[in-house]
Amino acid sequence: MIAYMVRRILLALLTIWMITILSFIIIQLPPGDFVDTYANTMSAGGTGITQAEKDALREQYGINQPMYVQYLKWMGLIMQGNFGMAIEWGRPVLDVIGDRLMLTIVISLAAIVFTWALALPIGIYSAVKRYSFLDYLFTFVGFIGLAIPGFMLALIVMYVGFSYFGSNIGGLFSADYAEAPWSMEKVWDLIQHLPVPAIVLGVSGTAQMIRIMRSNLLDELRKPYVMTARARGLAESRVIMKYPVRVALNPFISTIGYLLPYVVSGSIIVSMVLSLPTVGPLLLKSLVAQDMFLAGTIVLLLGVLTVIGTLISDLLLMWVDPRIRLGRQ
Amino acid sequence: MTKDNHPLLSVRNLKTYFFQDEGTVKAVDGASFDVFPGKTLGIVGESGCGKSVTAQSILRIVDAPGKIVEGTITLTRANGNQVELTQLQPDSQEMRDIRGAEIGLVFQEPMTSFSPVHTVGDQITEAIQLHMNVTKLEARKRGIEALRSVGIPKPERRIDEYAFELSGGLRQRAMIAVALSCSPRLLIADEPTTALDVTTQAQILDLLRTLQQQNQMAIMLITHNLGVVAEMCDDVVVMYLGRVVEQGTVDDIFHSSKHPYTKALLSSIPSIEMESRVKLPTITGSIPHPYARPAGCPFYPRCERFMEGVCDKQEPTLLAVSDKQKVSCFLYQK
Ligand SMILES: Nc1ncnc2c1ncn2[C@@H]1O[C@H](COP(=O)(O)OP(=O)(O)OP(=O)(O)O)[C@@H](O)[C@H]1O
Ligand SMILES: [Mg+2]
Repeated sequence: MIAYMVRRILLALLTIWMITILSFIIIQLPPGDFVDTYANTMSAGGTGITQAEKDALREQYGINQPMYVQYLKWMGLIMQGNFGMAIEWGRPVLDVIGDRLMLTIVISLAAIVFTWALALPIGIYSAVKRYSFLDYLFTFVGFIGLAIPGFMLALIVMYVGFSYFGSNIGGLFSADYAEAPWSMEKVWDLIQHLPVPAIVLGVSGTAQMIRIMRSNLLDELRKPYVMTARARGLAESRVIMKYPVRVALNPFISTIGYLLPYVVSGSIIVSMVLSLPTVGPLLLKSLVAQDMFLAGTIVLLLGVLTVIGTLISDLLLMWVDPRIRLGRQ
Repeated sequence: MTKDNHPLLSVRNLKTYFFQDEGTVKAVDGASFDVFPGKTLGIVGESGCGKSVTAQSILRIVDAPGKIVEGTITLTRANGNQVELTQLQPDSQEMRDIRGAEIGLVFQEPMTSFSPVHTVGDQITEAIQLHMNVTKLEARKRGIEALRSVGIPKPERRIDEYAFELSGGLRQRAMIAVALSCSPRLLIADEPTTALDVTTQAQILDLLRTLQQQNQMAIMLITHNLGVVAEMCDDVVVMYLGRVVEQGTVDDIFHSSKHPYTKALLSSIPSIEMESRVKLPTITGSIPHPYARPAGCPFYPRCERFMEGVCDKQEPTLLAVSDKQKVSCFLYQK
C-alpha cells in the first residue's frame, strides 16, 4: 500500500516535470528569440518597450545561454510565481488567468455534480429495471444527448433564453457583478448563473455515464455475491445499493481526475457561445495570437491540475477499494 | 404421525423456466422431493440438470428471466405453521424472514460469493443483526463464534478481512459460517466442498454432520460427488435435465438402482478394487442442449435400454417401485 502510494506520487512528479518541459517548448516555439517576438508584438500593440527592458528580460531568462540554463531560469521564475507577461493583455499572465482558472474549476465541478446527480440514479434504475419502458426511454433520450454537439445545445439554450425570457442567459455573472470585486452577492450571482453552463457542458457526459453505470451494474448484478446477499434475507433495495452499486461505482472515482481537462478542452466552443470566462477560450485566443507565455502557462497549470486530480482519484480509489489497497486483484 | 416423518420441506412438481429470446430453458421441469428434519437429502446429477436452480427456487431468489411456473414448495416453519413459498412475493417480509434465518444457503461459488469490497464480518454480522435482533457488538461476537465453529483459526482477526484474503478452504468455511450464523432449520449446501482438497473436504463434511446432530438441522446437499453422497446422505434424488429420474434411500440408490441413468452414474465412479488403468465407463453422448430437449423421456438418446416407440413417444412418470424408492422409467412401468 505504501509502495503503491509512493509509486503513484513519484509518477505524478515525473509527469509534472514532463509537462514543464512541454510548456517550455511551447514558449520557445515561435521562430527567433522570444524577447524579440515579445517586443515586436508589444510595439505593434502600441506599448513600446525600451532596449534596457529588453536586456533585463534577456538576462532574466538567460537568452544566449544553453537551453538547459534557459529552462532552469524559467523554472526558477515560475517557482517564484512569475509566469511572464501576457502580450495581448499587457498584464502578468497570472493576473489574466487567475479568476478564469478558478471559474473553470467551479464550472467543471458544477458539471460533474450535475452529471453524477442525474446519471447515477438513472443508470441504477436502467440496470435494475432492464428492458422496462423507462429504460428504453432513458436510452433513447441518452443517445440524443450524446448525438447533439455541445455548442449546438448551447446555441439552442441561448436562443430559447432570448426568445422566451428576453434575457441573455450566457456568461457567469450579471452585468452588475462582472467586474465587481468578490463579495457574497457576487458568489450568489455566480451560483444563479451556474446551472445553464453546467447542464450544457454535462449533457453528453451524463448520457455517457448512464450507459457506463448501466453496464457496470448489469455486470455486477449477475455476480454470485448479489444472490448470496439476497439469500441472507436482505431487502432487495438494500441488496442492490449496498453491494453491486457500491462495486459499480468504483470505476467512476478514477475518472474524476480526467474531468477537468475534458471540460476545458471539450468546452472551448461551448464556452465561447455561452461567453463563459473560463480558461478554454483564453487558451484558444492565446494560441491564435501566439501569446506563448500565456499558452504555455495554461498548458502547464492545466497539466499540473490534471496530474493532481488523477493522483487524488487514485488515492481515493485505493481508499474505497480494498482490492487495490491490499494489493490484490 | 410422529414429528420425524413429517417433512420440513416438501417440493411438488416444481417447474422453473428461464424465458429468453432464444427460447425457454426448462431448468427445473417437474421436480418433487421431501426434506426431513435431522436428515440429509442428496441431490445429484450432471452439470446443468437444474440442481442450483432448484435451490434458488426454494429461496425464491431465481434471477430474471427465470420464473417458477408451476408446483408447490411447502415449508413447515419453526412455529409449526405451513407456508406455501411459491405464493409469497420474493421480496415480502415473510419470505425475507425465512431466507437466511430458517433456510441457509451455502453457495456453489466460494470465490465470488462474498462482496469484493466488504469484509467477511460485515456480511456475516449483517445477517445476524437482521434476523436475531441484537446489537452490533453482540452480532460481531456471534459472527466470531460462527467463524470459530466452522474451524477458522483466529476468527477475531479473520472477521475483519476481505474474502480475497482468505484461502479457498477458509472462504468455503466462511460461506458455511454465514449460512449457519442464524441456526437455520434447513441448510441448502450447493457443492459445499468443490474447490477443496480431500482433507479439508472431509473436515467440512464432518462439521456439517456434527452441527446437524446438535440441532436437528435438515441438510439438502447438492453435489456431483457420489462418494460424498454415500458418506453423508440418508436419501438421494437423482436429477436429469430438470426432472427427478430416481429417488430413494442411499442403500436403494447404491445397491439396487433402477434407472439406467443412475446405473450409468454409479458405474462412472472409480472404486478401489478396480484394476488401475482400466478406462472408466462414461455415459455416452452429451446432455442435450437446453433449448432442444428431446420429446418423451429426456434420457432416451443416451440410454442403453432405449425402447423405440415407447421412450421417444411418451413421458415416463415418477412411480414407486418399493416402499421408499421411486423411478421414472418405462422399464418399471408395466
Ligand atoms: N440466470 C440464468 N439464465 C438463464 N439460464 C439459466 C440461468 N441460471 C441457470 N440457467 C440454466 O438452467 C439450467 C440449470 O442450471 P443449474 O445451475 O441449476 O445447473 P446445476 O445442476 O446446478 O449445474 P452445476 O452442477 O454445473 O452447478 C442450465 O441449463 C442453465 O443454463
Ligand atoms: Mg449448480
